[in-house]
Amino acid sequence: MSATALSSSALPGLDSTRFAAHLSQRATLPAWWLETKKAAWNQFLALPLPSRTDENWRFSNLKGLDLEGFDLPEDAPKDIPNHSSFPQTAELVFSNRQLVARSTVPADLAAKGVIFAPLDEALRDHGDLVKQYFQKHPAHLGSAKFVALNTALSASGGFLYVPAGVEVALPFVIQHTLSGANVATFPHTIVVLGPRAKATVVEFFLSGGAATERQLAAGVNDLHAAEGAQLTYVGAQHWSRETLAFQVNSIAVERDARVLALNLHLGGRQSRHESHSRLLGPGAHSEMLALTVASGDREFDQRTLQTHIAPNTTSNLLYKNALLDTAKTIFSGLIIVEPDAQKTDAYQKNRNLMLSDTAEAHSLPGLEIQANDVKCSHGSTSARIDAEQEFYLQARGIAPVEARRLLVSAFFEEVLNKLDDEALHAALTALIASQFKK
Amino acid sequence: MPSLEIRDLFVALAATPDKPIVKGLTLTIRTGEVHAIMGPNGTGKSTLSKAIAGHPDYVITSGDVLLDGKSILEMEPDQRARAGLFLAFQYPSEIPGVSIANFLRAAVQARLAEGEDLDATAYYKHLYSKMDLLKIDRKFTSRSVNEGFSGGEKKRCEILQMAMLEPTFALMDETDSGLDIDALRIVAEGVEAMRGEKLGVMLITHYQRLLDYIVPDFVHVMYDGRIVKSGDKTLALELEAKGYDWVKQELAAAATA
Repeated sequence: MSATALSSSALPGLDSTRFAAHLSQRATLPAWWLETKKAAWNQFLALPLPSRTDENWRFSNLKGLDLEGFDLPEDAPKDIPNHSSFPQTAELVFSNRQLVARSTVPADLAAKGVIFAPLDEALRDHGDLVKQYFQKHPAHLGSAKFVALNTALSASGGFLYVPAGVEVALPFVIQHTLSGANVATFPHTIVVLGPRAKATVVEFFLSGGAATERQLAAGVNDLHAAEGAQLTYVGAQHWSRETLAFQVNSIAVERDARVLALNLHLGGRQSRHESHSRLLGPGAHSEMLALTVASGDREFDQRTLQTHIAPNTTSNLLYKNALLDTAKTIFSGLIIVEPDAQKTDAYQKNRNLMLSDTAEAHSLPGLEIQANDVKCSHGSTSARIDAEQEFYLQARGIAPVEARRLLVSAFFEEVLNKLDDEALHAALTALIASQFKK
Repeated sequence: MPSLEIRDLFVALAATPDKPIVKGLTLTIRTGEVHAIMGPNGTGKSTLSKAIAGHPDYVITSGDVLLDGKSILEMEPDQRARAGLFLAFQYPSEIPGVSIANFLRAAVQARLAEGEDLDATAYYKHLYSKMDLLKIDRKFTSRSVNEGFSGGEKKRCEILQMAMLEPTFALMDETDSGLDIDALRIVAEGVEAMRGEKLGVMLITHYQRLLDYIVPDFVHVMYDGRIVKSGDKTLALELEAKGYDWVKQELAAAATA
């Protein structure tokens, strides 16, 4: 490996001393986990930062990938925002990587074997189960270096295990809040649904302090749906205006299982989101959804992969971006149909609503089909906001910013309507609306 | 008494500001009055109403529009609406994904003071009473604004909005176009129900038909961007009998005299 752009000395905050201290605080965790973390730290140091020739980073602002000067936060403020006002089964609240609040799983669910715990606790109490699913199907979309950093330094995140046949109606909520300048967080959440289990997980990524605080977040998720399971995952990102954010989702869908993943992107200065679905058994379905309000001079960089491995699998991707001001979005999506995946039905669509002439939307859809009996399509559209609709709303006395909020909500409705949970739908709508305050 | 005063107004398309469409139009409307503006197609009637409402496609190149003595030309369209103007569109926009209930709610909320929250129960009660009056099914509230509406439904929806927002002056642009006789009657009854000392109406129409149901106090004939003839309701009947060519001939005769 060539000399790294990031030697440990180039990271005055997140250096090897800091890593060693992080590790020593976790000496009671399973040995395999500590070894995994060490290997990840070395991998992080060894891997180069993305370069201009890397197709996975096409159009991305590489200069913005500046990890210098970040450190792990020391305190854990309890006065933090909260958007989870909808009915829920249980909640884990992390502030600056520390668990500051939790509600436990109701006794009847716990008796059925449902586990919902902070990752460190799950490693201690259910280490073998965590090991079985931790990065079992890693995403390969360009952020290996940041995933390695996450593994090395992860302290927060949830572990949800729902055993075979158990259905849980109300969402499990995991909130990550980051407060303070130059602080970093590395959440890792693992969700495992056993055969025919059903559950919803909602994860919030929020900044607690001033909107201008420079922060770093690199998160990873492993989502698993065993045979016939039904998983709904919602990730809502509302980091501060100066946050550099990475989030890498991996979705594994087995026979006849169904996973719906909806990611909402609102904040950050530069926000990179990778999502990789694998359709592993016949009848598996993955619904990949994203909504982005790109305002100010933010960059939202979304990379997706739908890998159809088994025959008779379906996937549907719909990513919608509303672009304002001088914001920039990048959508790069690929559908891969492996040779055995006959009768695949895969769809991918990126739609951009342009509310500004100076915003920039890039769309790079792609297909790679190795089977001969498949149905695949992809497309992308960019449309300006309809001036007549805008005038119509204003002619009724509705102020321009509110008119735009209504039109963006209308544009997003198709995606939000895929959520069955109306209270959750309303909470997300309110969070989106907060982006349109004067 | 509140008034809407149009003073020597010149309006052009923003793209072609040197080609006026409305050419020196002067008219004062007071509350309690219904003014019908009639005229052949292409004479600038719709342009007039859209320009007063502040449509960005149009530019007022000279003249003024005053609401209660104050010029509205520097105001944004939403400010004009909140000041008491209402444009009933000839072709209302379809807005998929925005329900009638949410749309009207936003419009009513926009008229409340900052920080004041809308009383949802009172709002729905008010909305339903207006819908009953206009014979609009309550299921309509969950439908997207104008999406897939028939011509009659769209116009009734315009009148519903007007009834909810209670403007001081309504500019009604060809409200009768595309309506069958039953829809026309319902729409006219809706306007008649609102008619009174608190409302002034500028009723733009091509045909006399609507004026059988909404009897105007004044009738103006618009031709080539200005008002060329004014009178009472009998003028509309005269136009119906003699056609617009009669006005053109009169104008031509006056020009050569």
